[in-house]
Amino acid sequence: MSRTDPSRGLLVSPIRNGTVIDHITAGEALNVLKILGITGSTRECLSIATNVESKRLGKKDIVKIEKRELRKEEVDRIALIAPQARINIIREYQVVEKKGVEIPKVLKGVVRCPNPGCITNTREPVESTFEVLGKGLHCLYCDWLIKDDIASHII
Amino acid sequence: MYHIISIRDFERKDLDYLLDRAQEFDNGNYRPRMLNDKLAALLFFEPSTRTRMSFATAMARLGGRWISVDSVEASSIVKGETLADTIRVVSGYADAIVLRHPKEGAARLASEFATVPVINAGDGAGQHPSQTLLDLYTIRQSMPVEGINVGLLGDLRYGRTAHSLALALSLYGVTLHTIAPGGLEMPASITLELRERGMEVIEHENVQEVLRDLDVLYVTRIQRERFPDSASYYNVASSYRITPDLLDGVKDHLMILHPLPRAGEIDPAVDRTPYARYFEQARNGVPVRMALLHEVMK
Repeated sequence: MSRTDPSRGLLVSPIRNGTVIDHITAGEALNVLKILGITGSTRECLSIATNVESKRLGKKDIVKIEKRELRKEEVDRIALIAPQARINIIREYQVVEKKGVEIPKVLKGVVRCPNPGCITNTREPVESTFEVLGKGLHCLYCDWLIKDDIASHII
Repeated sequence: MYHIISIRDFERKDLDYLLDRAQEFDNGNYRPRMLNDKLAALLFFEPSTRTRMSFATAMARLGGRWISVDSVEASSIVKGETLADTIRVVSGYADAIVLRHPKEGAARLASEFATVPVINAGDGAGQHPSQTLLDLYTIRQSMPVEGINVGLLGDLRYGRTAHSLALALSLYGVTLHTIAPGGLEMPASITLELRERGMEVIEHENVQEVLRDLDVLYVTRIQRERFPDSASYYNVASSYRITPDLLDGVKDHLMILHPLPRAGEIDPAVDRTPYARYFEQARNGVPVRMALLHEVMK
């Protein structure tokens, strides 16, 4: 891709240091940012592209975050809404690490239990804990099952 | 350490073992001072009559003693203490903790902070495993549980005893018939889980259409606070009331069970029929809880 040839595609600058999250499910880029805790008031320099043509996915979203390398638990969270995402860690314009995202078996402190009666929604010193099942996320405290719209429950 | 938190933690052989143990206690096959040197803490942060008294009775019958908290108002919870702290403190006093709490998952949390065994005596709309064991025990006294037809009638949405019992029955090849007012149906996630466990679950509009096929009818309380006004409550409650007339033509061995307290779901005239087994069921709370207390403290 060339910056001087707009017909070749997307014009997003390469980043020097940071993370590129590629192959995000189309339309989920803003939710990925939400999961990462990046809002309008944070300082990261961001590039976001949504509904970009993709050979693999048809359409995809891309997020580039400068000067921030994603940690393992942050990557796990992304897997919930963008299971095919690829994470590229960039240092001095070079990709130094490529990793896929993997949905963990158990999510601790990632998703808030939607059950208002759940003990994890009180002042108790415990983190919400969900096991990841094929049919959804199962709260290991109150047995609530989150079947859809997982993004809206992410802490 | 052995905690009793949720029926989901049990396999059929575990349930059968505990029921066999309860039978031995019921038959008097035990030493009266088996828990002579043991102390149980009964922490009841929600009202309870039967459960609390039967745990206390079970301790007393085994020669043990108990200490108790009977309300949130009388405890440090009002001073802002967390349940986790309460459990850590009480672990230092007693050999086992029996917990009733309004929040779902409270017993699981307690088991993580306790250094002594925890028995869940009901957590919010969640689990109530000792009730389920005594329900199974009562059924088993009259018939083998395997392959029978069980009807669950009443509030199947919020009624924790119905959820726990259905999960346990799914281990016994039981066919489950659910009969619930609109809005109080069994949560879809539980029905799905039961079917995944291989259970046949059949939903019915009214109890008449299935009553004659049932071996056990388990009635639960329809709580007035679930309805917007008393008129709609009485409307629904009266259409789910079991009366002697309804019982014409039922199987001779039909058992009607209810975790009690009842509101108006069962006409008192039913008490005089041979089908009414709910008081016997309540009595069975003692041997079943003796078995549980002994199991966790032995």
